[in-house]
Amino acid sequence: MRYSAFSLVRNALSGNLNWKPQWRQPQPKPHYDVIIVGGGGHGLSTAYYLAKEFGVKNVAVLEKGYLGSGNVGRNTTIVRSNYMLPGNEPFYEFSMKLWEGLEQDLNYNVMLSQRGVIMLYHSDAQRDAYVRRGNAMWMEGVAAELIEREQLKKMIPFLNYDHARYPILGGLLQRRAGTARHDAVAWGYARGADRHGVDIIEHCEVTGIRRENGVVTGVETTKGFIGCGKLALAAAGNSSRVGEMADLKLPLESHVLQAFVTEGLKPCIDHVIVYGGGHFYISQSDKGGLVFGAEIDGYSSYAQRGNLATAEHVMEEGVTMIPGLSRVRVLRAWGGVMDMSMDGSPIIDRTSIDNLYLNCGWCTGGFKATPASGYCFAHLIAKNDTHPVARALRLDRFARGYAVDEAGAGPQPNLH
Amino acid sequence: MASLITCPHCGVRPKEEFAVRGDASRGRPEPMDADEAWHDYVYVRANPRGRTFEHWHHVAGCRRFLVVERDTATHEVYSVVDAAEFARRVER
Repeated sequence: MRYSAFSLVRNALSGNLNWKPQWRQPQPKPHYDVIIVGGGGHGLSTAYYLAKEFGVKNVAVLEKGYLGSGNVGRNTTIVRSNYMLPGNEPFYEFSMKLWEGLEQDLNYNVMLSQRGVIMLYHSDAQRDAYVRRGNAMWMEGVAAELIEREQLKKMIPFLNYDHARYPILGGLLQRRAGTARHDAVAWGYARGADRHGVDIIEHCEVTGIRRENGVVTGVETTKGFIGCGKLALAAAGNSSRVGEMADLKLPLESHVLQAFVTEGLKPCIDHVIVYGGGHFYISQSDKGGLVFGAEIDGYSSYAQRGNLATAEHVMEEGVTMIPGLSRVRVLRAWGGVMDMSMDGSPIIDRTSIDNLYLNCGWCTGGFKATPASGYCFAHLIAKNDTHPVARALRLDRFARGYAVDEAGAGPQPNLH
Repeated sequence: MASLITCPHCGVRPKEEFAVRGDASRGRPEPMDADEAWHDYVYVRANPRGRTFEHWHHVAGCRRFLVVERDTATHEVYSVVDAAEFARRVER
């Protein structure tokens, strides 16, 4: 069913009894042309673009839990393309452009809100770094604005401008950036893929990868063996575990990242604000809750929950930036498992096995990349050729000495 | 994550005093070993779900490197020894 004002009225008049489920619950077929492991944002968008843009329709997405139970439903919903390095920025800008047309493309309201993302600076040196980053964005054709202190005070009056250690001197603003409703992104892509004939199979965990003569022939799952022509891994925090089934050794460490939401407030925070003294970021959801987070906990973990000390640290950062936050009550906290790569940048590439494809290493920033990740991965799977904007995101870049290290932290995943 | 780490030198300490360096089970290659060996050492991680040995640096205490044996799924800590002691055990 195509959603429109007409379908809304028609269903309202019939008592809303005739809405159909947004995707089917099919049993797995014995064989697919492409199997995608992982029914998160990236797996679903890969399936959608494979079917819609590249004509590969005999596709299954296998998800071990329920759809959207992983990081696509656990992030802080921020979308932006304010990266600095030439290997990253064209990719994220491609993603931003896909975001801008996504609701029309999917016929689904993902509640994209281009409210602007502003990253604060607290010293002259940090201002220089942000000027450099802004210029790097302009080099790739992406608008960035440096907002000085007096202008910022008019835009966002409630910040702690005169903090003794981290005075707020200004910020770098990307106006086109903002937020999107994360669950709706998963549902929208699932519905879109399903409408193009993709089988989305939930509660189907991959337990083994069967290989013959050096190529993958299918996967063992909790619902039995399923054959495939090509296998695509998009397992996020569990990429090392799934990769191990095919003897892949990956440059990844899994870490836990926490996020938080407060009680609902009247509209007060208009932008996404990122603190430069730490890495605290905050926005306000349409329901009114303040959604925020900061750094990963710092120790490798597969548990989808974090540590209280990190929660305390995150909130200290928040209150340092916005003192008024100290009066707000936190409703919920949760954690997601991040596939931290060795340079903080993702991997979309072939592997040493001819028909096995890899999508991982999204670190703490996978949500914003959902459309471009799926598009580029689908391009790679369908054409066996890397999409131009994903050329720097190769698996062998570490061996070749071409790491894309945005933070300059080196092969120490808990620092990215 | 267990909130307390029993440092062999300082006793029971909050884990915020430590910086995590990462996997301690890999041996450092010799200087002239092949590039592949160095690539594996610097960039590749086993990243297990379950028991793991990690180097933890007690930055706010004795400043010794320790080896913490813990579980990445349950966050249980099994043992903590000085890194020098761990190296001696591995050699034996």
